[in-house]
Amino acid sequence: MTTVTMTVNGKSVSREVESRTLLSAFLRDGLNLTGTHIGCDTSQCGACTVHVDGKAVKACTMFALEAEGAEVGTIEGQSSHGKLNTIQEAFKEHHGLQCGFCTPGMVMTTAALLKDNPTPSEAQIRAHLEGNICRCTGYHNIVKAIMAASGQDVSAIAAA
Amino acid sequence: MYAFELERPGSVADAVAALGGEAQPLGGGQTLIPTLKARLAMPEKLVSLTGIAEMKGISSEGGGLRIGGATCHADVASGTLASYPALAGLAAQIGDPAVRNRGTIGGSVANNDPSACYPAAALASGATIITSTREVAADEFFRGMFDTALEDGEIITGVRFPVPQRASYQKFAQPASRFALVGVFVAQFAEGVRVAVTGASGDGVFRWAEAEAALSSNFAPEALDGVTADASGMISDLHGSAAYRAHLTAVLTRRAVSQAH
Repeated sequence: MTTVTMTVNGKSVSREVESRTLLSAFLRDGLNLTGTHIGCDTSQCGACTVHVDGKAVKACTMFALEAEGAEVGTIEGQSSHGKLNTIQEAFKEHHGLQCGFCTPGMVMTTAALLKDNPTPSEAQIRAHLEGNICRCTGYHNIVKAIMAASGQDVSAIAAA
Repeated sequence: MYAFELERPGSVADAVAALGGEAQPLGGGQTLIPTLKARLAMPEKLVSLTGIAEMKGISSEGGGLRIGGATCHADVASGTLASYPALAGLAAQIGDPAVRNRGTIGGSVANNDPSACYPAAALASGATIITSTREVAADEFFRGMFDTALEDGEIITGVRFPVPQRASYQKFAQPASRFALVGVFVAQFAEGVRVAVTGASGDGVFRWAEAEAALSSNFAPEALDGVTADASGMISDLHGSAAYRAHLTAVLTRRAVSQAH
């Protein structure tokens, strides 16, 4: 067992882990932050997307030890005191989810995108969602929600 | 995940000591970690290279670029935009955004997946692979599908790229994996043109000598009129036949020439 220490959603955490522990398992089983979803476990679906030092990464495809000393952000850190943030509100408002399984990853990917590119085009949004798979929505309302979350006019995007 | 030990040293020297010639180096893990989960590889010990600061970053060196082996694709995409735009464009098309934030150039080059993008850039640029023990020219480094000149316990610490006068990488992405069904990197230097093809051959990345000869005398798409890629030895699978890949090789080479800058 090895001790790993990192900051998760602004709080310093330290745990004993087996060195082979994936970051996704550390968050879910170690910290009980089960909003980080395991969809495929083969690095393709993006449901486990979290932020490590501000960058979107797949938590199922790095080890907890590799986040030693890092600032980790999960979906639980997006809302504050039960109040949804702008991105989450936009997903709700524009029906950017159905079953909701992919949504934590979608929101975390969106947050990383908007930090680098505050007003992405529809094409840029669709390209940026390459690694996040949704099997319900057909992506249309997710794209719409991201346009809205970035303060852009969504009336030009036809209804799904 | 099966049981194994993972170490994360902070220097190249410590990583070499930790490897001991037997353990498996772990780059960004975007290929290796899924491989471990599927138990297609089961090393008893892994040594993560992600904590080695001296292996990260991009610097100018002798008129070219030196990219640290642990530099992720996203950092190459943003860090070479002005100095080597064709390389930046290649890095920006690998996988998806989250993969680009973890996957590294050293890992990609060491794995030498027959459909990976970086081997084409390294071979077409005439890059030098810098390891913990030596320097190897790209022409000598890539030895076949998933095979390189690397020896056990040897780590890619960096890749040195000469910057061509003009270059372009054209990738026909396999839509599910985002790997290249075929990818062609064309680089024009004062001494001649180099053309490297990935995704097509069962032997991995290769230089297309006929196209290089034609383009070295006339760097224009029409110089390739009548020049065809040989389909023998090319990959044939459910994504595309060998003949299709040979056709794509020629099409993408023309596109790369017309878009080189």
